[in-house]
Amino acid sequence: MNVTVTVNGSQVEAEVPDRTLLVHFLRDVAGLTATNIGCDTSSCGACTVLLDGRSVKSCTMLAAQADGRSVVTLEGLADGDGELHAVQRAFRAEHGLQCGFCTPGMVMAAVSLLSENPDPSEAEVRTALEGNLCRCTGYHNIVRAVLAAAGERGGR
Amino acid sequence: MSILGTRVVRTEDPLLLTVGGTYVDDLRVPELAGAARVTFVRSPVAHALITGIDVAAAREAPGVVAVLTVADIDDLPPPPPAPEGEPPPGSEAAPLPMGGPWAEPLLAVDRVRFVGEPVAMVLTDDTYAGEDAAELVSVDYEPLPAVVDLDAAVGGETLLFPAAGTNVAVTAGGPADGSAFDGCDVVVERTIVNQRLAPVSMEGRATAASWADGKLTVWVSTQNAQISRFIFAGAFGLDPAAIRVVAPDVGGAFGAKIGADRDAILVAWAAKHTGRAVRWVETRSENLVGMTHGRAQRQHIKIGGTRDGRILAYRNEVIQDTGAYPRMSGFLPFLTGLMASGPYDIGHVETANRVVVTNTTPISAYRGAGRPEATAAVERAVDLFAAEIGMDPAEVRRINLVPPDKFPYSSGGGAVYDSGEYVKALDQVLTAAGYEELRAEQARRRERGDPLQLGIGLASYVEITAADAAGGETAKVMVHDDGTATVYTGSSAHGQGHHTAWAMLVQGELGIPMERVTVLHGDTDLVPLGTGTYASRSLQLGGTAVHLAAVDVKEQARAVAADLLEASAPDLELDTERGVWQVRGDPASSRTWAEVAAHAGPDGLAADANFTDGQPTFPFGTHLAVVELDTETGKVALIRHVTVDDAGTVLNPLLAEGQRHGGIAQGAAQALLEEMVYDADGNPVTGTLVDYAIVTAAELPSFELLSSETPATSNPLGAKGIGEAGTIGATPAVQNAVVDAVSHLGIRHLDMPATPARVWAAINEATARTATREGQ
Ligand code: FES
Ligand code: FES
Repeated sequence: MNVTVTVNGSQVEAEVPDRTLLVHFLRDVAGLTATNIGCDTSSCGACTVLLDGRSVKSCTMLAAQADGRSVVTLEGLADGDGELHAVQRAFRAEHGLQCGFCTPGMVMAAVSLLSENPDPSEAEVRTALEGNLCRCTGYHNIVRAVLAAAGERGGR
Repeated sequence: MSILGTRVVRTEDPLLLTVGGTYVDDLRVPELAGAARVTFVRSPVAHALITGIDVAAAREAPGVVAVLTVADIDDLPPPPPAPEGEPPPGSEAAPLPMGGPWAEPLLAVDRVRFVGEPVAMVLTDDTYAGEDAAELVSVDYEPLPAVVDLDAAVGGETLLFPAAGTNVAVTAGGPADGSAFDGCDVVVERTIVNQRLAPVSMEGRATAASWADGKLTVWVSTQNAQISRFIFAGAFGLDPAAIRVVAPDVGGAFGAKIGADRDAILVAWAAKHTGRAVRWVETRSENLVGMTHGRAQRQHIKIGGTRDGRILAYRNEVIQDTGAYPRMSGFLPFLTGLMASGPYDIGHVETANRVVVTNTTPISAYRGAGRPEATAAVERAVDLFAAEIGMDPAEVRRINLVPPDKFPYSSGGGAVYDSGEYVKALDQVLTAAGYEELRAEQARRRERGDPLQLGIGLASYVEITAADAAGGETAKVMVHDDGTATVYTGSSAHGQGHHTAWAMLVQGELGIPMERVTVLHGDTDLVPLGTGTYASRSLQLGGTAVHLAAVDVKEQARAVAADLLEASAPDLELDTERGVWQVRGDPASSRTWAEVAAHAGPDGLAADANFTDGQPTFPFGTHLAVVELDTETGKVALIRHVTVDDAGTVLNPLLAEGQRHGGIAQGAAQALLEEMVYDADGNPVTGTLVDYAIVTAAELPSFELLSSETPATSNPLGAKGIGEAGTIGATPAVQNAVVDAVSHLGIRHLDMPATPARVWAAINEATARTATREGQ
């Protein structure tokens, strides 16, 4: 079937098999490989992207369901001049990533969290990230990074 | 000020945070254009004879390129002869199967031995087609009884390898006559379980390969590109020079990606056999049964000493479940024995082990590899002993820790500990945690019968890092005529931050800013010789090699600069702040690295180093965990975790802390949540991430890390390994905290993981016991 998705501001249109998952559409059709696949049970959040501004696990939906909608992946997070998003900067400053595999999903989940709750407590951050698994960092610095990004954005 | 020892943010991160890493599945190199997808057909049964494989329907399915079974493997040399006798002591070598009667085939031949064992491979044009076609491969299995239970394995009624005549692959250490415990006032013994875990690197296993013009290129998610190359060369009978192995970005490994396993060899073989480029990226459900598991020991611990707290004797008898094939787990219990007595000065130490095969996923290294098992055992033993004599567990530890004046210390387990301040680490943690106040709070809660009880757990540990120090590591440092430098390292990163750390070493030694230093690793065309990363060996071996190569380059540069400045070499100095050479005390004479390198002649400035250390190093520390245990539901929450992890001189505290955080989380997860479970027929019960309880952010607190640096004496950086400290210290600290939370009910031990069901049952049983006693 024909699917058109606005990905990071650009229209991506393709003829794909009906069962194509959004994550495969992003990786194989749009050629954006930051978004990773870490499980087959919608458990890990490695595939998290923003769909119309809210985080979704892109392995749990068909590309067809995103037809006519707008997706932002890690590649589209920095602004046009390459200025990094506060969450990206904070992940680096706080050493919130090691192998980097969970990172694209984790960063998008954090961006979504801060847009819904600009000034979260540590406990709220931990609960909000429950669906995003990281095996490297023990979450310690991820949580610090999200709190730092919230602080930098002045609770906004 | 030197950059060494400072909190430098990572040079790896800008790419990882903007376009993401380039893992095997992300590679868009020309050689892999149009690569076929590999889908494995895996055994759905734990133990069976294969009586037939029919691939006809699968071969006809749309999009299928090839379907391969063992019958197609007619182009490989026979496997190398098996090493005789027991596995080599003291090293975590590549996870090569032990061979001989225990040989592990590539594809199953006439028998499968675990759920997940590869039976056939399907090559298709795309992933979805592979899943469909794999279902069309029809395999006839004639079921055999599954061996899952360790006693059944030892009993040997059903044999996995009939030619071996036994299920016991390794036996070491004899039975006890008990004389070691003569003279003890108190002896406690108990059988405990160090349960099977799945490593769950967030990127599973993945391999891609192409064969062109007599050269095999393999991209593999591995900790060791160079070791992998030798594994492929051996498997295919190829000259290593005809093979290029590339480890691109690796999404976590934790010991389970040491070298290349049979699945990776098969993928590379499929490329060579069919001439088509191929790529395999396993699914998570495949990963949970196909990637090696870790731990899986049953231990019988026995500890004895005096009523005033002196431990006199300790014995740890291990049965190692090695899974279906004895890979590295053949000698994991050797490491458990080596580190058996932990940081304690114990006169009589005995160890024994048996390694048995079962119809389960093979066991191999997992963050700590034999040492967390040793530490968990002795730390439980010390607490059991403390409970028996009615002494505070911190006090028992203080009495028995090896004192600083005894180093180097020959341990009862047979290791020589290099340096340590064990009591200091304990006291540092007790003070920072507010131990007295925690105990007071615990007493108050017990007094008022609070349903939320507090548990305080301690673990003091010593571990061995770079166990194969004599294996060494390679490095090459080059300075170019534009003033930049390149480091080639045999060490291999999968999240630790090698690129940052090695660039810091170069800046520290040469004054070339780290932004101008490129670090290359994990490509055998660029770095043909090297070992890679495991056993927390990177900084102490690989880092030292970089340091030595940089020192060598610096001395070469001194001579070149002397020629350039028409001065004598001893009169020159390198200003590492500005990164310039000058005549001592004459900044006006300064020459940049670019100028010196340009003057160096055709060979430029370059030096190789291969650092081998005479001995491993022994990091140490203490962890204190505080848990809140709900006695009504059995639910346990880790609320504080305070640690000292002394790994010698720290190069970059940011990176070292990151290593500790990750390890602590995995350690706490073993104590509280994770277990790979099989049913009696050998079917995995926790084969997806829905069932296997990997720890999340919501289940952990922030950690309280204290710093302590007791330099290693055997390498110029003073570094010991830090990668595995977290799992080694945290697991028993958290487990001890859980037991401590219910110790007033008469509970002395709880196996891991401390799930609500297990804790609740233990509380119920203890309460019933008390009630019966009171009713009598
Ligand atoms: S890939 Fe794991 S949740 Fe989507
Ligand atoms: S950084 Fe490796 S999984 Fe999160």
